[in-house]
Amino acid sequence: MKNFLLYAFCLNISLAACASGNDGVKKAADDNAGLKLPAGFTAIKMSENIGRARHIAVTAQGNLYVKSSRLYNGKGILYMKDLNGDGIVDTVFGFGKYTGTGITIKNGYLYASSDEEVFRYKLNEKNEVINPDQPEKIITGLINRHQHESKSIALDNEGNIYVNIGAYANACQEKDRTLHSKGRMPCPILDSAGGIWQFKADKLNQTYGDGIRYATGLRNLVGLDWNTQTNTLFVMQHGRDQLHDNWPELFDTKQSAELPAETMYELHKGSNAGWPYIYYDPIQHKKILAPEYGGDGKKSWEDCIRENNGIVNISFKASQNYLINDIDDRKKVADKMIQDPTVAFPAHMAPNAILFYTGDQFPEKYKNGAFIAFHGSWNRAPEPQKGYLVAFVPFKNGKPSGDWEIFADDFAGGDEFMSPNKAKHRPTGLAQGPDGSLYVTDDVKGAVYKISYKK
Amino acid sequence: MKKTFLVLFFISTALLLKAQSLKASMDRGQKVYEKVCLSCHMADGGGVPHLNPPLSQTSYVLGDKSKIIYIVLHGMTDRIPIEDEYYSNNMAAHTDLNDQQIADVLTYVRNSFGNKATAVTVADVKAVRTKKK
Repeated sequence: MKNFLLYAFCLNISLAACASGNDGVKKAADDNAGLKLPAGFTAIKMSENIGRARHIAVTAQGNLYVKSSRLYNGKGILYMKDLNGDGIVDTVFGFGKYTGTGITIKNGYLYASSDEEVFRYKLNEKNEVINPDQPEKIITGLINRHQHESKSIALDNEGNIYVNIGAYANACQEKDRTLHSKGRMPCPILDSAGGIWQFKADKLNQTYGDGIRYATGLRNLVGLDWNTQTNTLFVMQHGRDQLHDNWPELFDTKQSAELPAETMYELHKGSNAGWPYIYYDPIQHKKILAPEYGGDGKKSWEDCIRENNGIVNISFKASQNYLINDIDDRKKVADKMIQDPTVAFPAHMAPNAILFYTGDQFPEKYKNGAFIAFHGSWNRAPEPQKGYLVAFVPFKNGKPSGDWEIFADDFAGGDEFMSPNKAKHRPTGLAQGPDGSLYVTDDVKGAVYKISYKK
Repeated sequence: MKKTFLVLFFISTALLLKAQSLKASMDRGQKVYEKVCLSCHMADGGGVPHLNPPLSQTSYVLGDKSKIIYIVLHGMTDRIPIEDEYYSNNMAAHTDLNDQQIADVLTYVRNSFGNKATAVTVADVKAVRTKKK
């Protein structure tokens, strides 16, 4: 009886999807779903208007689990299947009554997060959730003050799960986002947010006391991925906003649009990326002291070490990688306490996902490289907005082997624009399919794109 | 006849002066908007999906004036729905703006982005500023 009801529910949703205009998706095959791609690549839009798609997981059977930040018929996880192999989603089964961003599959379980908790669902041999109404709650009580609230997740191969707990502020000011408001000294947010927390992937009801603060000084990491080649966690940070709004005498609107970099970091236990005390300047290629802490756009982290100012002491206390024997070698000390990014990208493009590609479908240059979904900027105004694309960074031996490049573009619609609400689609999640195709989600219309390569 | 003419003359002059004063307020308000509000609420008043609310034809902007005056004065850090959507970013309190600037920018906002509403006056702003919460 239960199976019958389930089947009927699925059927209803798939019929509703057809009725809501999904037929238009079928014709998209010829124009790569409106995307601009490198030669040899094609894209289809598998689905649209089903929830507000954030992150995505693809099963070995090629079926999709999409986490939605808006409930779709009251459900926040959408299991989508393409039954006849034409690349278009035919059925949608919704479960989970919570919104959120994180979703991934590991060791026979589907993991998913709300903005405060992390759940997991046991999968059967076809990677279908056995009991969608009774997940295991593995993490709870994570702080949510509605800013940077996405609790994105990634798992390693040793039974650990890593959770982004985004800082609930822009720059840890006494008054958030306020003209000339100084930074709080030290920044109290860092004790429970502004970093990555590590928990066990199989223990129930864990909270802060059960986990460890794995890495700190990281403002908001919506995109993170475990790199199986280097066996380390890679993250993409959303850099701080409003340098001009809050410090107009130091930064004009053009400078504010280009600073700070969006940054990729390779993290280890004890890593410290320096937020809120510094930001990374992609033009000077330096960590620069934030204006909230006395910076002027020029004074670097190395200058702070030389002057031995108060920020240095705070960072020393926070960092677990500081070696006292290096005190004479200032540069070594500076890098050890607060690390440099692995890659620096243009400001404000809003990286929402990172995926290390391990498939064989794409040409050799893409193997073990990183795809990044850039959601697109808002804080570049009054300059034109930027991002709204999927970028690629080639890697060799665990390190970037070339500059970043645009891989998939025109999600927003193609022409230059000034307001994010004009963007038709905004890349948000990335996943690799069993055949090596790349899946990209969009949280404007909930579209799911499948990008493939043919020689 | 002369009396009617005089009455009409005074009424039309008053309307003209009011329109000019409204335009002057909006021009000043636009400058405030571009300097202080645009970076978050955007040049078209459309805001940023899920982060910064729009100012275009929402009940907050078109409704009771004291509500938006209060928000400009005190900022917004609560998680409240605006036309059935939630917006994650905090808004700063604008202690950097005086009564005239707030009146002007809100008059501009209430008559731009597809909005049509009454002007906000200095007296309106003063009333909210001095009200004990």
